[in-house]
Amino acid sequence: MKPFALDHAASPDAALAALGKGATAIAGGTNLIDLMKLQIATPERLVSIRRTGLDRIAPDGDGLRIGALVTNADCAADPRVRQDWPLLSQAILAGASPQLRNRATTGGNLCQRTRCGYFYDTTQACNKREAGSGCAARDGFNRIHAVLGTSDACIATYPGDMAVALLALDAVVLTQGPYGPRQIPLAMFHREPGDDPTRDNVLQPGELITAVRLPAPTGGRQIYRKVRDRASYAFALVSVAVDLTMEEGRIARCALAFGSLGTVPWRDPAVEEVLIGQEPSPALFARAAEVLLHHARGFGANDFKIPLAARALAATLAQATKV
Amino acid sequence: MHLPLSEMYNEPDDRNVLDRMRQGVIGQPLDRPEGALKVSGQATYAAEWRIDGCVEGVLVLAEIAQGQVTAIDRDAALARDGVLAVIADPAMTRRSAQGMAAKAPQQDAAKVEYFGQPVALVVARTFEQARDAAVALRVDYADAAEPVPFDPHAPDVKVEAPSSSKPVEGGDLDQAMRDAAFSVDVEYDTPGHASAAMEPHATIAQWQGDSLILHGSYQMLAYNVKEIADCLGISPDKVRIIAPYVGGGFGSKLGITHEAVAAALAARELGRPVRVVMSRQQVFQTVMRRSETRQRVRLAADAGGRLIGLGHEALVSNLPGEKFAEPVTQATEFLYGGENRLLKVEVARISRLTAGSVRAPGEAVGMQVLEAAMDELAEKIGIDPIELRKRNLPATVPVQGTPYSSRMLTQALEQGAQAFGWSARQDRPCQTRDGDWWVGMGVASAARVNMMVPAQARVTLRADGSALVETDQTDIGTGSYAILGQIAGEMLGLPMARVDVKLGDSALPPGAGSGGSFGAISTGSAVLYACEEIRKRLAKILGCAAEELVLKDGTASHGDAAPRPLRDVLGGEDLTTTGKIKPGKTAKAFSQASYGAFFAEVGVHAFTGEVRVRRMTGVFGFGRVLNAKTARSQCLGGMVWGIGSALTEELAFDTRDGHLVNHDLAEYHVPVHADVPAIEVILLEERDAAASPLQAKGVGELGICGAAGAIANAVYNACGVRVRSFPLTLDKIVPSLPDPFAQTL
Repeated sequence: MKPFALDHAASPDAALAALGKGATAIAGGTNLIDLMKLQIATPERLVSIRRTGLDRIAPDGDGLRIGALVTNADCAADPRVRQDWPLLSQAILAGASPQLRNRATTGGNLCQRTRCGYFYDTTQACNKREAGSGCAARDGFNRIHAVLGTSDACIATYPGDMAVALLALDAVVLTQGPYGPRQIPLAMFHREPGDDPTRDNVLQPGELITAVRLPAPTGGRQIYRKVRDRASYAFALVSVAVDLTMEEGRIARCALAFGSLGTVPWRDPAVEEVLIGQEPSPALFARAAEVLLHHARGFGANDFKIPLAARALAATLAQATKV
Repeated sequence: MHLPLSEMYNEPDDRNVLDRMRQGVIGQPLDRPEGALKVSGQATYAAEWRIDGCVEGVLVLAEIAQGQVTAIDRDAALARDGVLAVIADPAMTRRSAQGMAAKAPQQDAAKVEYFGQPVALVVARTFEQARDAAVALRVDYADAAEPVPFDPHAPDVKVEAPSSSKPVEGGDLDQAMRDAAFSVDVEYDTPGHASAAMEPHATIAQWQGDSLILHGSYQMLAYNVKEIADCLGISPDKVRIIAPYVGGGFGSKLGITHEAVAAALAARELGRPVRVVMSRQQVFQTVMRRSETRQRVRLAADAGGRLIGLGHEALVSNLPGEKFAEPVTQATEFLYGGENRLLKVEVARISRLTAGSVRAPGEAVGMQVLEAAMDELAEKIGIDPIELRKRNLPATVPVQGTPYSSRMLTQALEQGAQAFGWSARQDRPCQTRDGDWWVGMGVASAARVNMMVPAQARVTLRADGSALVETDQTDIGTGSYAILGQIAGEMLGLPMARVDVKLGDSALPPGAGSGGSFGAISTGSAVLYACEEIRKRLAKILGCAAEELVLKDGTASHGDAAPRPLRDVLGGEDLTTTGKIKPGKTAKAFSQASYGAFFAEVGVHAFTGEVRVRRMTGVFGFGRVLNAKTARSQCLGGMVWGIGSALTEELAFDTRDGHLVNHDLAEYHVPVHADVPAIEVILLEERDAAASPLQAKGVGELGICGAAGAIANAVYNACGVRVRSFPLTLDKIVPSLPDPFAQTL
C-alpha cells in the first residue's frame, strides 16, 4: 500500500470538488482497499463519500431511488425492495458475506472490479491492470472467466450479483459530474473490454454515482439463481436473473440477465424475444439458450460455462413459469 | 502390581489405570479451559505480543520459478521512508522444514526453486512501509540452467522411488486380476491442498545477548528449536520458542517456515525485535502443500466378494531431493485383505512449493480414493458396500501377518448404518428426487495409523493441593489444555479448577508436539506416568500401597481411613516429577490404527450439477475417549475437511510458469458454514492397551480419512455420475447428467 491522504466529504458537492482535483472516491472500501494493499490501485488522495448523505432509499414516482451509499445489507432488507423488487434483494444476499454486505454500498458495488486471478497478481500480465501488458488468463487457468463479450485483450468477468439483478430490472444509474448530471441505463453502464480493458464502466473522471433508480415494479415472478462452487461466499460461475409474467399459460413478458457469463452483466433482448408469447417448455428454454450462447466462446477451463448457462437458464425458467 | 514406568512402551498396559480412578473427569465433555480467552480475543497469538522497539519485516517473493538471484537493489529500498534493512542472507530458507526434521531445511534463498519462494526480507518501522518497499524491491535473476518441469505429468518429468517408503508386494496381482470374478481397475486424481490454517504464519524474534526468543506459531517446539538453531548456526539451548496459542496448523506449522528464520536474522542484524507476519497469499505460496496424486487402484474379488488381489499405486510430487512423499497407501496396507498385492508410491520431481504433511498425510487422499474404488467394486458385485467391507477385514495384516491391536470398523459400519438410516438407500442411482435435486447416499470406512512419539511432561502436586502440568506440547485448537488437565485431574483426584496446565514454551519439558494425531496419546501418557509417580510418593507418605490409594476431590484416603485433604498430607512440600514415554516394541508388534465409518447424503442439482451435502454421520473408535467434546470436535472438523476435499478444495497451478493461481481464501474454496450440514458424530468407547498406557489412540486426523469417499459415493448414488477426479466440481458432473426434466430413471 502506498501512503495516501484521506479526506471526508460532507456533501455530494464537496465530494465532486475533491474528485475534480483528482481524488479517488471511497465508500465501503471492500474492494478498493484490497486493490490498494496489492498496489493494483495506488491513489494518492482518497475522498470518503460515506458522509455525503446519499444513503437513503426513497420513492421515485412509481419506482424507487436507492442512494449510492445505501449499504448492500440495508438495500436487501428494505421492505419496499423485498416487496416489489425481490430480485434485487435475492441477488444482493447471494453475494459476499454479512460483514461485507454491511460495509459495501450500492454505488461501490457497481464499480466492483473483476476477480480474475491474473488481474490480482502483479507478477502476471494483465491488460486490465496494466494496459498493453498482455492477458495471461487467455491461455491460463481461466475457469471463472467470461465466454461472452470477450476480446483479444481481456476475458475477465464482471463478478458481481447486484448489477445483474439491476440490469434485469431496467435500473438507471444516476450520476453527477463536471458536465452535469447523467442518467445511465444499467445496460449502458458497464463496458465490454474491447481494446481498452482498463475501464470497466463509462464513468468519466470526476463523475460520482449518486443513486440507482428502479422503474415501477413489474409484478412479475422474480428469481435470482446463482450457480457456484460452494453454497455461500463464492463468486458465481453463472447466475441468472429473471423477471417474468405469465398470462394464460404463455410468457407475457420477460427480462433476463446473466452474471459471470460475460465480461459485463449480460442481457440479450433476442433471448427474451424467443420466449415472449410462447408456452414454456424444455424445447423453448433450449432455443432461448441457443440464442443466448450462439456467440459464446470458451477458453479451455471455462468451456463448461456454455452448457452450464443453458442448464441454469432452463432451471430458472422452469421455476419461473411453473403455475 | 509393579508399575511399568519404563520409558519405552514395550508391553501393552492393560491395567486401565484411568478406569480405576475416582474423580470422574476423564472422558467428560468438558469445555477447553482456554476457550473463553480465545473467543474473547484475549489469547495472545504469535503476532499479537507487544514488544518494545519491535519493527516490521515483510518477505519478498520470487517472481520467477527457477533461477539464481544475481542482484538486489538494497540502496533504492533503504532510501525509502522508514526502511531499516534488506535481508538477503544465505541462512534464509528456501523450503519449509518437514515435520520432526530437527535440522535446517534447504537454505540459501538466492537459489530459486519455485515460483513465489521468499528471496529477501525488507524491514521498516511500520508494516505499511515494509510492505511498500517489499513490492518495490528490485531483484534481478539469472534463469536456471536445467529447469525442472512444473507439471507432474509433463513428459520430461523425473519420477523416483521415494526414500521414505518401500513398496508392499505379495503374490501375483496381475494373475489375481485375471482370475477375479469381479474386478475394478481405475485411476483417480486428487489435487493439491493447502492447510489454510486461520492464523497465518508469524514470528516475532528478539535477541537477548546471544540468546534468541521467538514468539511464533508452531506445532512442535522441541523440533522447531533445533531447526532454527541449525539455520542460524547456534546451539539449540540458546533458542526459546513461546507459542501458547496456535490458530490452527494442520501440518503447515510442523516445521519452521521462512518468516521465523528471516525474523531472527533481521533482529540480529538490527539489534532490535523484528516481527514478520506472512500475508495469506504468502502462506499459500511458500509454506507447504499437500501433493496432488494420481492413483491407480486395482481390486480383484472372487465370486463371494472376497478380495484376492489389491493394488494401490500413486504418483505424488515434490521438489528435487525432498524426502517427503505423500504416503498415499499407508492405510491400504492393513485395511482390507487380498494377499496378492502391490502398493507403491512414486514421486515426480517438479517445481512447486514444498510438499509435506497436511492433515492426515497419506490417508486423507489415499482413503478417499480406495473407498471410492471399493464402492465401484460393490456395485459390480451387486452387494451392499457395507457388506463388501465387512467381508474383507483380514485376521492379520496381509503380507506382514501382524495382529491388530483393536479395530472397531465393523461396529462403526453397523452402528453408523443404524443411526444414519442406511436401509433407506436405493441400490441404483437416479431413484430419489427432491425437487430439482437428485438425492443419494454413500458410505466409506475411516482408518488412520496410530503413532506414539517421545514425550515428556512435568507434573507438580503443589503443597496447597493443586496441580500444575507443564510441557512444551502445543494446543493448535485441538484441546491439549483440556485433556492434559483431565488426565492429571483424574489421576490426582482433583476437580479441573485445581489443575493448571502450562503449554507451548520450549523451556518446558519436551512434549510430543501436535502432529500425526500423536500429541494426546504421547504427551498424555507422559502426564499419566508423572501422576503415577506422584501417587506412589503419596502412598509412601500415607504408608499404603499405590493401588490402595484413593484420591478424590482433593483428598487422599486408603482402606477404612478417613479422607485427608492433600494439603495436610503434603505437609508444605510440593511433589514434582517428570513423566517420560517413548515408543517401544508395541509399535511394531501390533498394527495400530483408529477406525470408523462415514455416511453421507448428498443432493446433486439435476440441472447444474452442484453438489451439496445434506447430512453426514461419522462413527469412530479410537480407544479411550479423553474428552468427548474435544474429540467430537476433531471428528467434526475432519469431516468438514472431507467435504472440502470431496467438493471444493484444489490448488490451481499455472503450468506455464508454475505460479499458484488461487492463493487466497476467496478462490481456494474451503467449505463455509452453508456447505456444512448437520453432522452427527458417534464415539465408540474402546480400550487399546497396545496403543498407549491411556488405552487411547489418535483422533485428530481420523475424521478426514475416507470422508470424501463417502461423499463421492453418494454423488454416484444420487445421479449416476462417477467422477474420478477430485474435487467433484459441477463442471465434471454436468456433462454426464441425465435429462434434468426426467423425474426418475
